[in-house]
Amino acid sequence: MGKVIVVTSGKGGVGKTTSSAALGAALAQSGDKVVVVDFDVGLRNLDLIMGAERRVVYDLVNVIQGEAKLTQALIRDKRVETLYLLPASQTRDKDNLTSEGVEKVIGALKSHFDWVICDSPAGIERGATLAMRHADIAIVVTNPEVSSVRDSDRIIGLLDSKTLKAENGERMEKHLLLTRYDPARAERGDMLKVDDVLEILSIPLLGIIPESMDVLRASNIGSPVTLADERSAPALAYFDAVRRLKGENLPMTIPGEKRGFFGKIFGRKAA
Amino acid sequence: MTAVLTKPRPIRLKGRSYLALTLTPELPFEDWLVRLDDLAGRSAGFFLRRPVVLDVEGLEIDRAQLRDLVGKLGARNVRIMGIEGARPSMLGNDLPPAMSGGKTTGDIEEPAAEPAREAPVTETVAEAPAAPLPTRTAPASLVVTQPVRSGQSIFAEGDVTIVGSVASGAEVIAGGSIHIYGTLRGRAMAGTLGNAEARIFCRKLEAELVGIDGYYKTAEDLEPGLRGKPVQFWLEGETFTAGSLA
Repeated sequence: MGKVIVVTSGKGGVGKTTSSAALGAALAQSGDKVVVVDFDVGLRNLDLIMGAERRVVYDLVNVIQGEAKLTQALIRDKRVETLYLLPASQTRDKDNLTSEGVEKVIGALKSHFDWVICDSPAGIERGATLAMRHADIAIVVTNPEVSSVRDSDRIIGLLDSKTLKAENGERMEKHLLLTRYDPARAERGDMLKVDDVLEILSIPLLGIIPESMDVLRASNIGSPVTLADERSAPALAYFDAVRRLKGENLPMTIPGEKRGFFGKIFGRKAA
Repeated sequence: MTAVLTKPRPIRLKGRSYLALTLTPELPFEDWLVRLDDLAGRSAGFFLRRPVVLDVEGLEIDRAQLRDLVGKLGARNVRIMGIEGARPSMLGNDLPPAMSGGKTTGDIEEPAAEPAREAPVTETVAEAPAAPLPTRTAPASLVVTQPVRSGQSIFAEGDVTIVGSVASGAEVIAGGSIHIYGTLRGRAMAGTLGNAEARIFCRKLEAELVGIDGYYKTAEDLEPGLRGKPVQFWLEGETFTAGSLA
């Protein structure tokens, strides 16, 4: 049985879709069988980020409504053969997502894939709650600024109350993915520091993704950043996050910096 | 000349909890209403003057269906004071407000069948026996061992102890005192059931609002020197007082 991950944040524009694609591709590059599911019905973007927008025939809503088989809707990536995409519908209303329908689709995907990554829409409405409902693991994507942190806190509250795991009295495994982090701006006080965010949210840190032009460039050519340029700083950060997700104990660094994150702090203090 | 109030008297805000009857309708509503009519038929006036909350959690209905149901209940003299478990999109100004955070107090017994009608005709029709209400025990206190997240609301009639932080946008409401072993970033209201002796304690103060027994202070009214410090709040007469715990 595969594991179901929800990538969520509450706030929009913090990097949920980018992170879903990058993490999904990175997991698939390590040899695991991965499907990334777009839950943003009506405002789908994942197909663009993954460069599959011209190959969408059927979507999640078609499968839920019984108009297409799951195998017909799944799109296999052209670069990594163990990576699949289940796109969202752009034309349908999100009320077409039913709880039973989603449960059935997730159940079927779990038995075929090692990882099912659910890319949640922004907000706390139906689409977002259904995306998190069947998850085993939650990745909370947060930018180092106050509104994103508060929205993430709200989402963590929902993860602990509205998911199947929570309702069964189990604890949802939650990880923080800090995106668009700029160490220089954090040092100047323009951004929250890593420790501030961790203190407020108090969930374990999965990775720090640096603010980088590479992410935008990758999006525009329709490629997850971990596939577009494997040596770029954000790609390295996502690869590290995936290794931590699989249980490895790695020191927290911001790739692309000359020194490790903590080394940098101590280095400055010593100077 | 306009009089300028230099020290405006703040409005007193108090919380109070009441026992309400909760109805949990089931689909299809037609069948459920028949069963409700059957219940009401056995005891006229069971729902009369009783606060009733409608719990629609998990029901796949839209706004029109909900409004229709509330209307049909109204026609049966069942007045709905609030709706629990509805999506915000289902509620509007024409429907009762959303309720949340209710606590179960046990089932209220259905009224037994009315005594046989063969009773002497001279007897006036007695009012239906009110269902026995659960008796209230000592106010329950509450210990929360996880952080209180933004959007969450914690309530207990007794003391509330939080082992963790209270996030911005979260609130803790207690009939007694509030103890927070973490940072208070949201709201804390103690003594809301009319207890002026209640206090609020926190390890680190970043609060949006604190209140005791209806007296309150917002972040702007708090002494700036107390920010980030361990602090307690209490009432001295009608004066809201804050002091460092360090």
